[in-house]
Amino acid sequence: MTSLANYLDTVLFSVFPYVAMVLFLVGTIHRYRNETFTYSSLSSQLLENKQHFWAVVPFHYGIITVLTGHAVAFLVPRQLLLFNSRPLRLYILEVSALIFGVTTLVALFALIARRFTDPRVRVVTSKADWILYAMLVTLVFSGVYVAVFYRWGSAWFAASASPYLWSLLKLSPNIAIISAMPLAVKLHIVNAWLVIAFFPFTRLVHILVVPNQYLFRKRQVVRWYRRPQLSRS
Amino acid sequence: MDVRSQISMVFHLDKCIGCHTCSIACKNIWTDRKGTEYMWWNNVETKPGTGYPTKWEDQSKYKGGWELKDGALRLRSTSKSKIVFNIFHSPSMPSMDDYYEPWTYDYGELFNAPEGGDQPTAKPISMVTGKYLEIEAGPNWDDDLGGSRIYAANDPNLEGMNEEQKAQLSAVERLVMFYFPRICNHCLNPSCVAACPSGSLYKRGEDGIVLNDQKRCRAWRACIAACPYKKMFYNWQTGKSEKCILCYPRLETGQAPACFHSCVGRIRYLGVLLYDAERIEEVAKRPDEELIEAHRSIVLDPFDPAVLSQAAANGIHDSVIEAAQKSPVYKFVKQWKLALPPHIEFRTLPMLFYVPPMSPVMAQKHGDVISHTSDDLFHDIDQARIPMQYLAKLFGAGHEAKVRYALRKQKAVRIYRRWLTVGDIDEATADRMLREADTTRDEAEAIYRLTSLCPFEDRFVIPPMYREEAIEMMQDPLEAKQTTGFGFMEGPARGL
Repeated sequence: MTSLANYLDTVLFSVFPYVAMVLFLVGTIHRYRNETFTYSSLSSQLLENKQHFWAVVPFHYGIITVLTGHAVAFLVPRQLLLFNSRPLRLYILEVSALIFGVTTLVALFALIARRFTDPRVRVVTSKADWILYAMLVTLVFSGVYVAVFYRWGSAWFAASASPYLWSLLKLSPNIAIISAMPLAVKLHIVNAWLVIAFFPFTRLVHILVVPNQYLFRKRQVVRWYRRPQLSRS
Repeated sequence: MDVRSQISMVFHLDKCIGCHTCSIACKNIWTDRKGTEYMWWNNVETKPGTGYPTKWEDQSKYKGGWELKDGALRLRSTSKSKIVFNIFHSPSMPSMDDYYEPWTYDYGELFNAPEGGDQPTAKPISMVTGKYLEIEAGPNWDDDLGGSRIYAANDPNLEGMNEEQKAQLSAVERLVMFYFPRICNHCLNPSCVAACPSGSLYKRGEDGIVLNDQKRCRAWRACIAACPYKKMFYNWQTGKSEKCILCYPRLETGQAPACFHSCVGRIRYLGVLLYDAERIEEVAKRPDEELIEAHRSIVLDPFDPAVLSQAAANGIHDSVIEAAQKSPVYKFVKQWKLALPPHIEFRTLPMLFYVPPMSPVMAQKHGDVISHTSDDLFHDIDQARIPMQYLAKLFGAGHEAKVRYALRKQKAVRIYRRWLTVGDIDEATADRMLREADTTRDEAEAIYRLTSLCPFEDRFVIPPMYREEAIEMMQDPLEAKQTTGFGFMEGPARGL
């Protein structure tokens, strides 16, 4: 391996992740504190209501499931490997993961098509949206490509990507395994860090404000100015 | 008893001339910004008609308001479990086409068009896309029954009427209409608030105004489907929902809201009602036929010593109590029982009440003579051109008794005044009508005065709101001393 490639790997896999994480943290917190108003899902359902359903719903179900899969492999790699020790379980896991991945990809193209074709939705599409779409397409496409051509990702992710990510968290990046990975995998990883770095500057911030408190709160909300101590609904 | 105060409203439909001045006053102040062009926080509808957005009253389509299921109140459109799945796509939300695509005109064409055989025209341009637009509908497209075969004929309130009755409504020389101005009802049991996943919608404790916290709104859109009156609007530019704010900046400085202030027909009244917040849920759960009476009973008597002591304990200021005692809304709603809530069967307990309109009588033709009279002095209430059944759908949850009572009383007041001023009706008849309409000379006189001779200070009894004191309790007034302006302000910029 040339020294240039070595150098590039170090920059992309052990330096850039920290840049991305710092950008993510500083960016989202700063935006939440100083530009609270801009935290919004920026829905365009009012402008176009039909394609919206067929694009937005499968995309969200798809990407949430796939991301959950990544999180599980990251958090409990041992248990995942144990689960995969029976081939049947591995096949079921891989096939369903692939289905959700492909759903995400198809729905992502549907989202882009909707943005392109509906004149009203196009008006509310920003430059950041187009950049984000380009990143997401690369990310999801490379992910599906890896899943198809480098089989049993759920097994080797737990054994290679998971230790890599943990080594980053422990502030002693170990990129030996990543350096040996095929180009498509590398592209997928770099793109993931890119999305995380770009996150605070896009509409993705709506993920951070999903309204989980709704599930626990009382139905009616009353705000008092004169008697804060008595406030109740 | 948990006494709270609410700024409430009465619209006297018998006086509405359908001029849309209220709508324009509101539009010029609040919704002339980008993203809000299609919103009409105040709109005036012709009834019968499908309204704005089209067929908003049809809850089988939009799933607004509450329903009573197994003794519990449930939102029709959403719930804690449903929102988990519906947060990506709100299934019953109207799209812009259900309102209309806002437009302006390419006025430059009028000046720049090359010389030719025809007059130059200003082509309509969409205010969303900026492209030329073929206008197909507008917010008051069915004004004055225009296109009534499409619009009036599809009014959801006609449901349950037979073909003959429907035909009568649109028959030439018999057809009838009245106007129905609408703003946010600032409900006691607001379904928009209950549906909001972010908790950004709230009711102000002190005056009951329902507002949306623009910084907490995240565009999950649940409120838009949940409001049965479709008075929640989505700003497509900022990605935030917006609604009528009852001009609270005007109220806080002692002025009536713009739509009230500008009302040409003087149909609008505004005042304080005291109500018992503990009973809201119980009242909202009553069966349809009891709802109006129960809603009235939740409004408390501002002269009752028990109410007053409880109000004082709850921190309601004396000036607010005084305003409640002078409230024109209290008179119309509780004392005279003339004003009725719109579509109370949606169970949000609206705090905007309507005095139902009188309409011309159906003439009877005897030979060559067209006669308008009968032995029953109140005949024209039930033979009026607007069928009682129709008004009952709008203002009585389908039950006619309360609407008939309000119309009979209005009629009696008219006859009483006619005896006094015109003199072609004898005193005995006038008194008999007052008695039969459950009213007295004094009350009739008071109704007449507040209906016909009502200056600003009688129509709008606005309590001082002491917002400056309220805010001082929350914030140190010296906090922003020697800083630029009054602390930090952030423009409503759309996110990326």
